[in-house]
Amino acid sequence: MPAHDVLIIGAGLAGQRAALAAAEAGAAVAIMSKVHPVRSHSVAAAGGINAAIAIDDDWTEHAYDTVKGSDFLGDQDAIEIMCSEAPGEAMHLEHIGVTFHRNEKGELDLRAFGGASKKRTAYVADITGQAILHVLYEQLMRFHDTVERYEEWFATSLILDEKGHCAGAVARDIRSGAMEIFDAKSVILASGGNGQCYKPTTNALICTGDGIAQAYQIGCPLMDMEMVQYHPTTLAENGFLITEGARGEGAHLLNSEGRRFMEDYAPNKMELASRDVVSRAEQTEINEGRGVGADGQGIYLDITVVPKKRVHEALREIVNIGRDFAGTDITREPIMIRPGQHYIMGGVKTDSNGQTPITGLYAAGEVACVSVHGGNRLGANSLLDTLIFGRRSGEHATARGKEMAMPKAPHARIHDDVAMIDQIVGREHSGRRISEIKDELGTMMNEYVAVYRDEDGLTKANEIVHRLQDEAASAYIDDRGSVFNQDVLGAIELGYMLDCAETTIVSAIDRKESRGAQFRLDYPERNDDEWLKHINVTRGPDGEPQISYSPVTITRWQPEVRKY
Amino acid sequence: MAEFTLRLRRYDPESGDAPYWEEHTIELEPHRSVLEAILQARARFDGSIGIRCSCRAAICGSCGVRINGHPDLACHTHLDKAAKQSSDGVIEVEPMGNMPVIKDLIVDMEEVHWKKIRRVTPWLIAKQPVPEREYIVPRETMVDVTQSMACIQCGACVSDCLAMEVDPGFIGPAALAKAYRFVGDPRDDQHYERLKDLAEDPHGIYDCTHCFMCIDACPKGVAPMSQIMRLRRRAIHDHGIVDRNNGERHEEAFVSLVRQYGLLNEVEIIPRSHAGNSPLAKFTPTAAKVLLDSLPSIAKALLRRKVTPAAVLKPHKLAKQDLQAVKRIYEKLDGKGERNEFNIYISGRDEDNQ
Repeated sequence: MPAHDVLIIGAGLAGQRAALAAAEAGAAVAIMSKVHPVRSHSVAAAGGINAAIAIDDDWTEHAYDTVKGSDFLGDQDAIEIMCSEAPGEAMHLEHIGVTFHRNEKGELDLRAFGGASKKRTAYVADITGQAILHVLYEQLMRFHDTVERYEEWFATSLILDEKGHCAGAVARDIRSGAMEIFDAKSVILASGGNGQCYKPTTNALICTGDGIAQAYQIGCPLMDMEMVQYHPTTLAENGFLITEGARGEGAHLLNSEGRRFMEDYAPNKMELASRDVVSRAEQTEINEGRGVGADGQGIYLDITVVPKKRVHEALREIVNIGRDFAGTDITREPIMIRPGQHYIMGGVKTDSNGQTPITGLYAAGEVACVSVHGGNRLGANSLLDTLIFGRRSGEHATARGKEMAMPKAPHARIHDDVAMIDQIVGREHSGRRISEIKDELGTMMNEYVAVYRDEDGLTKANEIVHRLQDEAASAYIDDRGSVFNQDVLGAIELGYMLDCAETTIVSAIDRKESRGAQFRLDYPERNDDEWLKHINVTRGPDGEPQISYSPVTITRWQPEVRKY
Repeated sequence: MAEFTLRLRRYDPESGDAPYWEEHTIELEPHRSVLEAILQARARFDGSIGIRCSCRAAICGSCGVRINGHPDLACHTHLDKAAKQSSDGVIEVEPMGNMPVIKDLIVDMEEVHWKKIRRVTPWLIAKQPVPEREYIVPRETMVDVTQSMACIQCGACVSDCLAMEVDPGFIGPAALAKAYRFVGDPRDDQHYERLKDLAEDPHGIYDCTHCFMCIDACPKGVAPMSQIMRLRRRAIHDHGIVDRNNGERHEEAFVSLVRQYGLLNEVEIIPRSHAGNSPLAKFTPTAAKVLLDSLPSIAKALLRRKVTPAAVLKPHKLAKQDLQAVKRIYEKLDGKGERNEFNIYISGRDEDNQ
């Protein structure tokens, strides 16, 4: 059975960056992913990566913008680390081959992005995530003798040793159906967010909160789970992402009166206010009857004001998306968008080295909550988050592993997971289909746990999630085979999603104020006296979520009124 | 809402049975994708239908399949278009070609795709010394390589590559497009070495038969064949690489024959490709040997009437004004000084500019 110093679960940007950092520091590394690494959802990140590299910029300005964007819920020590290390990381990416676009002088070009006081977003057209992900994979191929790749392996659970330290994981080889125990001195979760709890979402079908739920199940606290980002520009048709880069390049948002309504909400930053502000503004326009489209549920994004040549070189992908998925030529007419679920700020609680409260378990990227995004993430800060904390996790886990022996994981644990899978495969054809439960979950979350929330809706959501959990326990599947049984994996993922949804809802019920992405109609003001703190959720002995609190770290920026 | 029927190629490796077809009828709006239809069939009727998929928006590259015989991403093909293309209105979905099938629509991309990608040394070999900040490079070069960077590794081009069908060893369209991403990158230090390697490899850049299938197949506008042609132009014109596969000589002979006759002269092309770009080439021992070796092909071409005995003695003749027109194209290109390279990140697609 495989044993490694560092086992990384998830091979998007955070996972691959962690793997490369750990390998460079001399660890024996394994990276495991339920999809081929280049299929990871980081590939869909479009707009760019923030770093204060311009001569007239400074990382403290980037940090302040991030703190303000977080609605002062972000931990400022971690934000300072992320922003001060950003320029070095961007240069590292450039040196290993990322094809960042240049300005006329041949230097990295920077584009404007939401919530930023300066142009500080480096980019590759509107495929930045793809370009970085593929370049990191190039590096993994280069270092194939030091990083073992387990592509299309599905982790089913994390293992604790008798000291309560994380000592490895159980996983299933999707191709053969074989189960295996992986021993590891450290495990780094890098398996992304849980956007699939929502329907529609910009997130890929693989974003089912696996790592968040796996950590939760072994008693690790989750933090800021109530903070769910709705992106201001997702296709009204099907929820696909239209990059913030479009507004960064100058596109306008228009209501049914043809007016740039953002002047009412954010007169200084207009379309480039932070995402929670823009999404709320759009939803208000829609709710007050100024939406566009047949059902009035859309807003127009007008990209025709961006010069065509610039659209070709910098926004190529959304030309494709408009044409292929909305039948709209964005260079000639406005495209109909609306706010849609995009990102979760919350996740597995970590410190700035990626360490969770469970020894030996790390988390980085969307699965984690450091917390650098607090109540609302700025556009182009997520790629940065994955890379900075992916690297730091990889380095820290390697250093930690140098002074210890391989832990003794209880290998009998594998039988529990084998039995769990056999039980799912063997279920009677009665009860509901997995797909029905998943659909109901997504639709319900998008109704009650969205841009605007209140006690009644959230309570109703909580009741529905509990019913769905009961139904999921007996939901049946069709595929009884071993080779590429995606059906059984879907059933396991549904369980993960329900855990994520439940912790999101209880946190949202608990936070009786409006901050960042959480807007409570029944508590419409930010309340720093009572709620300038993180909500932590832990799984109690009875399986029910238990809430506790942790302070927000403030280093130099006291909370102030947030205006754009 | 409209009704569509899917005919899916199913294969269960554990059953011992041969692959078979299975039909499902689903209801969706006509502009929804074939992937959504398959996912609906999976959700409603049969959870065991195997297909890799993730982003649904043509970015992750998971769902490469053949639809009515043509490779594409399932998420990138509209149902109405697919139904129209089909001969009987039923949308036929099967696994990609040139790759072994694992289960249903899931193929093994290792041998024909990933191994080939690894073959082209797929990482930047950076110029030294590495600068403290970014490498200063011309703005256009990074826009230029964005087209090959846009490849999502879906395998559609590999699925339809005719050269790979004949020579499974061919490095192939995806991997060679990847190679251009480094050869076109001014930060890379090994342009010559990379090009020399790919020119000398009998399965390298001169193994491409110029059939355009990969350009047609690519859902992202990467135009792999164009990238291969650019590798050739860089190898020949920028680095003067003369390869043992006679690729460079063949290209030179081709270009000068068309310049001279306005059309290809099949009789001249073989000797000139091997024994020097001159009318006397055919009288050399090298040419005699190649011609002798080529006899089976020549016989086949004669039998299939691709060449006639008359044409062997008398080359194609173009009308004078047509020949003049061809010559004018040459003069115009010769006079330009720089090469014309087509790139959608610079010029957009044809339909964007109408």
